[in-house]
Amino acid sequence: MRTLFDCRCSEYGGGLYPRDDNAMQAVDACVDANLLRKRPLRIPHLSEPQIARHYTELSKRNYGVDDGFYPLGSCTMKYNPKLNEDTARLPGFAGLHPHAPATMSQGALQVLCDLSEYLKGITGMPGVSLQPVAGAHGELTGMFLLKKHFERAGQPLRKRILLPDSAHGTNPASAAVAGFSVTQIPSNNAGMVDLDGLRAELDETVAGIMLTVPNTLGIFEERILEVTQLVHDAGALCYFDGANLNAFLGKARPGDMGADIFHFNLHKTLSTPHGGGGPGAGPIAVSEILMPYLPIPRVVQEGDRYDLVWEAADSIGSMHAFYGNFLVAVKALTYLLQLGDEGLREVGENAVLNANYLQAALKDAYTLPYNGLCKHEFVLSGKDLAEGVSTLDVAKRLIDYGIHPPTIYFPLIVREAIMIEPTETEGKETLDRFIDAMQSIAREAATSPELLHEAPRNAPVRRLDQTRAAKEPILTHPFSEET
Amino acid sequence: MRYIPNTMQDQQEMLASIGVSDLEALFRDIPQEIRARFRPIGLEPQSEMEVAETVRSMADRNEAAARVSFLGGGIYDHYVPSIVTHLLSRSEFYTAYTPYQPEISQGTLTAMFEFQTLVCELTGMEIANASMYDGSTALAEAVLMAVRLRKQSRIAVAASLFTQVTRVLETYCWAADIEIVELPYDERGYTILEDLPADISAVALQTPNAFGIVEPLSGIKERIGDALLIVSANPLSLALLEPPASFGADIVVAEGQPLGLSMGFGGPLLGLFATRKAYMRQMPGRMAGRTIDAEANVGYTMAAQTREQHIRRERATSNICTNAALCALAATIYMASAGAQGLRHVAALNLARAHHLADRLTALDGFDLAFGGGFFNEFVLRIPGRAEAVHSALEGAGFLVETPSALRAYGLEDCLRFAVTEKRTQEEMDRVEEIVGGVR
Repeated sequence: MRTLFDCRCSEYGGGLYPRDDNAMQAVDACVDANLLRKRPLRIPHLSEPQIARHYTELSKRNYGVDDGFYPLGSCTMKYNPKLNEDTARLPGFAGLHPHAPATMSQGALQVLCDLSEYLKGITGMPGVSLQPVAGAHGELTGMFLLKKHFERAGQPLRKRILLPDSAHGTNPASAAVAGFSVTQIPSNNAGMVDLDGLRAELDETVAGIMLTVPNTLGIFEERILEVTQLVHDAGALCYFDGANLNAFLGKARPGDMGADIFHFNLHKTLSTPHGGGGPGAGPIAVSEILMPYLPIPRVVQEGDRYDLVWEAADSIGSMHAFYGNFLVAVKALTYLLQLGDEGLREVGENAVLNANYLQAALKDAYTLPYNGLCKHEFVLSGKDLAEGVSTLDVAKRLIDYGIHPPTIYFPLIVREAIMIEPTETEGKETLDRFIDAMQSIAREAATSPELLHEAPRNAPVRRLDQTRAAKEPILTHPFSEET
Repeated sequence: MRYIPNTMQDQQEMLASIGVSDLEALFRDIPQEIRARFRPIGLEPQSEMEVAETVRSMADRNEAAARVSFLGGGIYDHYVPSIVTHLLSRSEFYTAYTPYQPEISQGTLTAMFEFQTLVCELTGMEIANASMYDGSTALAEAVLMAVRLRKQSRIAVAASLFTQVTRVLETYCWAADIEIVELPYDERGYTILEDLPADISAVALQTPNAFGIVEPLSGIKERIGDALLIVSANPLSLALLEPPASFGADIVVAEGQPLGLSMGFGGPLLGLFATRKAYMRQMPGRMAGRTIDAEANVGYTMAAQTREQHIRRERATSNICTNAALCALAATIYMASAGAQGLRHVAALNLARAHHLADRLTALDGFDLAFGGGFFNEFVLRIPGRAEAVHSALEGAGFLVETPSALRAYGLEDCLRFAVTEKRTQEEMDRVEEIVGGVR
């Protein structure tokens, strides 16, 4: 595929901005000559039709939720309502400067305030910050809160974070960036936290545990109250990774399970788009004990007026230049207002119904390592497919069927893992097509494995050489090779 | 619910095939004690039509969005070409996930590769990642990377960074036990490097800095010894200015909002991050790389992933995962639309208009530039005794300008800061001069 740099240049005719023949003279007059750029930028001049064609062509080589089924486990690739896109582009939001006076930004502050209140309601937790701009950023914020809490509590030796072996990779990374060391605790045969393993690790050096509820196997920790109780009894706190919130929306609240920190992924649960890797938003909710440490600024409401508060003696400080991904918050609020409580409940119910339906239909063709009720997602294993066929092959073959592959090789505790999350925005018709495709691929694995090994054939490119990209990275357009 | 396709009939059939009686049975694994405590949030569902109106009325309450803005400080009121918004609206881009399956993510990956190339062009650096959350977190990550490389838990940072950037940096450094030594500025607005502390991992500067002043980077690298030189730059200014790499910068970061992103009340933004090839293994964030497929066709995939959290876990170079891919795409399309000369032209318009306004205002009695250094598209005026009055007069007339108290955070008294972009017209500037001149 051509890049922008391979396109044939047009003659530069300007036209994007008003002509001003004096502007360059002003540059020469106002800036010291040795500060001025010597080598011209190597950015081609393309006409607008060329730009439109190039990026439209690129878009056709992508696959989004609007293109078809996207059962990426733990990513909650639900449909992104179109109204969200429109409200976030309203000039009153998009054209608002973050330093605009609060008195003239009341609508934006109301968005932040209203969304915060709804997120408190969903979690049953009293404090919320919308500042974190991604799930991992929410985790980091949460880890900073823990650090501050134990600093203030005079327990600086609490330096360890416990993590189940099924945790997302961001969890240990976030803990490490905040200066904690990570101790892994094993899962039991049912895929849940091993309580004895947990007890053995809990001591006065533990700051907290990071749990994903339901966990990354899609299993609800049935003894979650005992887990959080044990942690609290040991003087540590409970972090809940909210990536899997879709599983219990409208049914249960993390605040009632013993969570001290909970992060949302607005780009998962609350329908804001992933954008090919962001921008997301990772607001956090916290229990009473951590509220003093929340980031600044904070949005407050007095009567029908809203304001920002910058003074908070115990705050960890700021996690983002301004108020987080505000336009993403607008989208999430737009979605929530349409759903209401009734919609939230239907989301949770259908997400779980869809996952269990798929699990029941696929457990014979593939191996199901943890058999039982799942929540919004479940994990299969491709380890018992025909000799020489891997989960990667299954994933690539799904592309030929016009379906985005599930998450693969995660969680790490399942060999050849295939992690499937259908979300509530898929109907039975789509799920049945997926079941047919997966069963058909399992048969192909035995009868004609080359179809899997050679997949994808029905994609913009054939299987890509990732090793080459890792070993000899070419990260920018190689201008120098041109004549 | 309009976003849920399953019918009641579907649900019944699915429940039967699962082997449970009703939906409630699917939640029996959540302890009853937890279920019993559940409370709804008290929100009635509304139709799309009603919600569209409710949210629009909130947007309408943001009067500031309709005012003429001279606000800057890192976020600027630039023109966003129509084509940027239109192409970003292609759902193949915005509804896609992170490109973990490269064969059906070539659009996102190719654009990442273009973006990385463009960032390297602007900054002069050898490699760039595919984006960070914003300019402030990009700087914080740059500092963490410098400390990993140089192993000294102290850094020197210019006092003339934007306050919102310093605030974030302070948070990250507190958590990582990194000491920040502040470097003062002189009467020209330049950072003073005379009393550089020993044993530092990095020196971090911003250009143009919070006063709009272009920092003369020449000679700094030679004076800071082993420490890395981190430069936070306004990317639009780099269309005109010699790139930081030419002065020996080791890491260049930037807030990418001036490259075709709306202000959006400060988010989402776009962090740019570029460095030397030699430091690639320590770089945070995602990168796209060029490779070939099974038929030797050129394609793109994620590169150097062994630095990242999903593989390296607690030993990753950063915890960053989701970043600002769509914002990076916006910046890519923006730069492609403008081309080299278009970028140079719009940067020149910014500079020329800012200098024009500064000339007009400093011609007034009692109005002086606070600093003697050269500036790009914003400047600080010192107006002894009248800064508050001038600010109120402008705000009353519908013009937004940074408050004097915001500048007090830098230790500046009686000052106002004006940012002037290509969008500000002669008429608007005439009017500002008139209002300001009338304040006694």
